[in-house]
Amino acid sequence: MTSWLDRTVLKKAKKYKILYLMILPGIVYLLINNYIPMFGIIIAFKEIDFSKGVFGGDWIGFRNFEYLFKTSEAYIITRNTILYNVVFIILNLVFAVALAILLAEVKQRFLKRFYQSAILLPYLISTVIVGYLVFSLLSMETGFMNKSVLPFLGLDPVMWYTEPKYWPVILTIVKLWHSVGYLCIIYFAAIVGIDQEYYEAATLDGAGKFKQIFHITLPSLTPVITIMTLMQIGRIFYADFGLFYQVTLDSGPLLPTTNVLDTYVYRALLKSGDIGMASAAGFYQSVIGFALILISNFVVKKINPDNSLF
Amino acid sequence: MRRTRIEQVVIHFIFWLIVAFCLVPFLLLITASFTDEDAIIREGYSFFPSEWSLDSYVFIFQKSGEILNSYGISIVVTLLGTIASLVLMTLLAYPLSKKDLPLRNFFSFIVFFTMLFNGGLVPTYLIYSNVFHITNTLLALIVPGLLVSAFYVILLRTFFTVSVPEAVLESANMDGAGEFRIFVQMALPLSLPVLATVGLFQVINYWNDWFNGLIYISDSRLYSIQVLLNTILLNVQYLLDNVDYSSRVDGSSIPTQGVRLAIAVIGALPIVLTYPFFQRFFVKGLTVGAVKG
Repeated sequence: MTSWLDRTVLKKAKKYKILYLMILPGIVYLLINNYIPMFGIIIAFKEIDFSKGVFGGDWIGFRNFEYLFKTSEAYIITRNTILYNVVFIILNLVFAVALAILLAEVKQRFLKRFYQSAILLPYLISTVIVGYLVFSLLSMETGFMNKSVLPFLGLDPVMWYTEPKYWPVILTIVKLWHSVGYLCIIYFAAIVGIDQEYYEAATLDGAGKFKQIFHITLPSLTPVITIMTLMQIGRIFYADFGLFYQVTLDSGPLLPTTNVLDTYVYRALLKSGDIGMASAAGFYQSVIGFALILISNFVVKKINPDNSLF
Repeated sequence: MRRTRIEQVVIHFIFWLIVAFCLVPFLLLITASFTDEDAIIREGYSFFPSEWSLDSYVFIFQKSGEILNSYGISIVVTLLGTIASLVLMTLLAYPLSKKDLPLRNFFSFIVFFTMLFNGGLVPTYLIYSNVFHITNTLLALIVPGLLVSAFYVILLRTFFTVSVPEAVLESANMDGAGEFRIFVQMALPLSLPVLATVGLFQVINYWNDWFNGLIYISDSRLYSIQVLLNTILLNVQYLLDNVDYSSRVDGSSIPTQGVRLAIAVIGALPIVLTYPFFQRFFVKGLTVGAVKG
């Protein structure tokens, strides 16, 4: 009897040993790639001195933060990051839902698939290539706008890459172009999942298309819309680095309207070599970003526990 | 009846406008890359160039070793990265799908928490460059950030839990097959659809990645196509200084304006060309991801 028990325990231990061995490489990777950097954010409170090891510098308290928040840039990058994200979230939502509803009304299956493909294609393209597409339109000497569109309208060429005032609009259009397809597909899938009987009943009752959209489609979409939007709000402190770096061609004169937290950290770390500032801005972003994710999840949980992330 | 027909016409009209909005930039990129260099300088990038030319592509394929080299780097990185990432992620996800595994919730939380909080660029960069010294190695293009993503691990774990019937695994266990053999011979074959979806996403992520190259690579021999494109986009002079080996020899000048766009075209080509074939899986993956994992 005992020998049988021993054997099952042994067998179990062996079984779990193999399972733990399988987990090991992935967990080690997460430790290196995610967890050590999480603790590494304390570098913001330290003097950088690589002779003492990466994280071995002396404690200097909040000095890096004092420098950071004394500059006007701290305000500008925070404002830009949040404002752009708010505009992106609202416009993406409106256009994606509208397109998804329209897409569901398309009867021909082939065209439905074709429209879907075309809207989603930009989402698959790397931001570098998006940068080229925008460049072919806006290049000062050879761009389509300056060489064809503006002369046709009788307007003077515009030095796009040195005029900050145009960029809030340009970046919003580019962002919509790049990402609306993704959200549209998500909402479209949710619409397809709505029980057709509701619509049949509504038609019998004489409800028109618009009535059906407002009383059946939109209410059915609300859970998906809530979760997708709150997930984006949770990431409102993180900017799309490629959009603000590549698409603007990293152009200095545009910074007042295009500098965001992510580009600031990158430039401070790798261009100007000011690791203290970079780490302070990075700490600020990580901690507030984390708080926002927790808060938005808390809100989702209050509204509908099934939709919360955890 | 007539009202619905008008509705349909309006809907299709709107969609054709949107399709044009989505595709026209690509069209401009392609026509411009086939435009004669002098015509570009005269008329700018145009949908209807006055002179067509293959010069940009001839240059890329005949004269520039660097562009082809970066294409090769991209292919190698995408293949190695996708395979390594699938291996690591399935190995991690499968045990987490076992309800009886001690500490299962703890490990699941370790994976999940990485989606909520991250240390950001500064500590990540310092660790990879100053502790692991991966700057200017091929590893820098494969490992940081991309290899294991919590989102896909959770997707895989959910699939293993839901779609691989426990009874099947149990019976294999009875037959005395080891856990690892059950995983390889039973769980993996049953999970091919989700492996294909995650693999597809990782292929796209690796092919499109330029960020790792931007921060960890300065040796131009290790530039992937996206990193090369990035460098040329931000610095036209780079093309003249580094890529053009031949003109110093035979005196011909390179069609700079056209070549820039032609490289962008071939950089986007693999994804655009294969898109119609994988679109269905891609859409499926996106919509599965939106539902709670």
